[in-house]
Amino acid sequence: MKKKVLVIDSTLRDGSHAISHQFTREHVASYAKAAEIAKTQILIVGHGNGLGASSLHLGFSLLSDTEYLKYAKKELHRTKLGAFLIPGFGTITDIEEAIQNGAEVLMVASHCTEATITRQHIEFSVKKGLRTFGVLMMSHMAKAEILLEEAKKMQDYGAFGVLLMDSAGTCLPDEVTEKISVLTQGLHIETGFHAHNNLGMAVANSIAAVKAGATIIDATSRGMGAGAGNCQLEVVVAVLEKMGIKTGLDLYQLMDNSENIISKIQNSPSINSITLTSGLAGVFSGFAPHAKRAAERFGLDPRDVLMELGKRKVVAGQEDKIIQIALELSRTKS
Amino acid sequence: MIKKVKTGIIGTGNIGSDLLVKILRSPVLECGIFTGINPKSKNIKRAQKMGVPTAYDSINAIINNPDSCEIVFDATSAKIHTEHAPILKKLKKFTIDLTPSKVGKLCVPSVNLKACLEEDNVNMITCGAQATIPIINALMKAQHQTGYVEIVSSISSQSAGIGTRSNIDEYTRLTSEAIMELTFVPKAKAIVILNPSDPPIHMQNTIYAKIHTSDITLIQKEIFAAVKRLKKYVPGFALLHKPIVQNGMLVIISEVTGRGDYLPAFAGNLDVMNSAAVRVAEEYAKKRLL
Repeated sequence: MKKKVLVIDSTLRDGSHAISHQFTREHVASYAKAAEIAKTQILIVGHGNGLGASSLHLGFSLLSDTEYLKYAKKELHRTKLGAFLIPGFGTITDIEEAIQNGAEVLMVASHCTEATITRQHIEFSVKKGLRTFGVLMMSHMAKAEILLEEAKKMQDYGAFGVLLMDSAGTCLPDEVTEKISVLTQGLHIETGFHAHNNLGMAVANSIAAVKAGATIIDATSRGMGAGAGNCQLEVVVAVLEKMGIKTGLDLYQLMDNSENIISKIQNSPSINSITLTSGLAGVFSGFAPHAKRAAERFGLDPRDVLMELGKRKVVAGQEDKIIQIALELSRTKS
Repeated sequence: MIKKVKTGIIGTGNIGSDLLVKILRSPVLECGIFTGINPKSKNIKRAQKMGVPTAYDSINAIINNPDSCEIVFDATSAKIHTEHAPILKKLKKFTIDLTPSKVGKLCVPSVNLKACLEEDNVNMITCGAQATIPIINALMKAQHQTGYVEIVSSISSQSAGIGTRSNIDEYTRLTSEAIMELTFVPKAKAIVILNPSDPPIHMQNTIYAKIHTSDITLIQKEIFAAVKRLKKYVPGFALLHKPIVQNGMLVIISEVTGRGDYLPAFAGNLDVMNSAAVRVAEEYAKKRLL
């Protein structure tokens, strides 16, 4: 299997969950510069939940969307700058601003069964000439056939590729193989995968996706990200190289970026009792810190909160449900 | 026999079909025309069975038969309403717009009903706005200096029709603009989330506000009074708990249970929007019938 895989670097976007969206101007500038040296093709930046998502609900980012884009853009020449957007949080106005600040790539994401809400945004982005990807989040919650239907909608809107996101870090490689195979066979555009590491499967799942036909992998340096973290960029690139699959990236430089820049911003993400439970429960990885806070506030075991969230099939974005469920659990307890 | 004022509904999707049931129940309103674009529409057949005059040439049914209604509910889409608005104005119809077109005066009955009755076109904003602006207004009364408010509306996927989905951008922007305009909070943000859970979730709205006090007695008092006013026309509205404070942030979570007029009770989003629209129409009708 000799082929090429596009590895998208989402460190300065998804990684920000790990530090409550507090990347500084210096972080952005130093990492963007280093990503350029590593021959990164696409670097996504901004609030962890994308354009327009800085809020009381999800947490405010230290800098604005505009600032993140501008500071990264300054350092980039060949590497394309990208943004991420979830309709319902971000709007077309945010896309326009992102374009003014140098964005050339946009990832538009929705819950895996709600692709219709991405139409306005994907169509607008494509019309403006951005390389536009559709992302189906929480993809463990829908069967392969449904995911294909939803991905086809994104294809019709003009997306260049569609990525499945294992937002809960709950998928096992067999499931990834099945779903990505169905997508690659049913779509005429590229397919990709974004893994979370709650069950220690992020790299294995990304490789399973590539073997099943995916040509895009979304990863972060050192695996920086919410909870147990994401697919570790330098590791997945090393594995791909070992398999003889080209990424065009400078592996040593990626290793250096991880050790010299990212390790100084945050300790490596780890699988602990909370992030592991979150993966088992099939709950969006970004919920972990919120569940921990709410559990403290109401005197509960955060694992009970997470398991309950999983039972109720709460979707990403419903961080308010955490407080409500914690409140209810504390009532039944007392 | 009690006289009723005739209304017309353009748009036969979720919103229009739910609205029809509410109008037929009203003591002062009746439906003179229920008009869409699809002759095969199940909802048009349903209306016919209910004895309601129907058409499938959209606004033309009203242009060709202006006597069919005095009040028009437009439940199409933001884009289409901008085309309908000047026509309805010319026909001198009191227009209640259920799309996020922003053509007419923004209206939340428990906040600014009287002023809206003087207009020829009122806009019902969005379901998220109808369910949160009365509460935010109460918060602002108690805490003038509140500088930032945010709302998150979660609605079940099953209750979000294609109109809502293809207007999600207008929805988000208009909701935040309306919060600022009607409650005078300097900055507001609206977030909307579609939840595909099965069984479907009831419409839920969370309001977050940065506040400068830990004593929320007055805030609670105003909010409880506002809930009482809102429940008069949206009986399914309920706070899920008393407002709580967490790290200098006020959190108010509410739910709207629908009446189950068209979609089942989970579709509180339809109910809050349409109950508000019917409230405006009824007050207008009462003035006309005086």
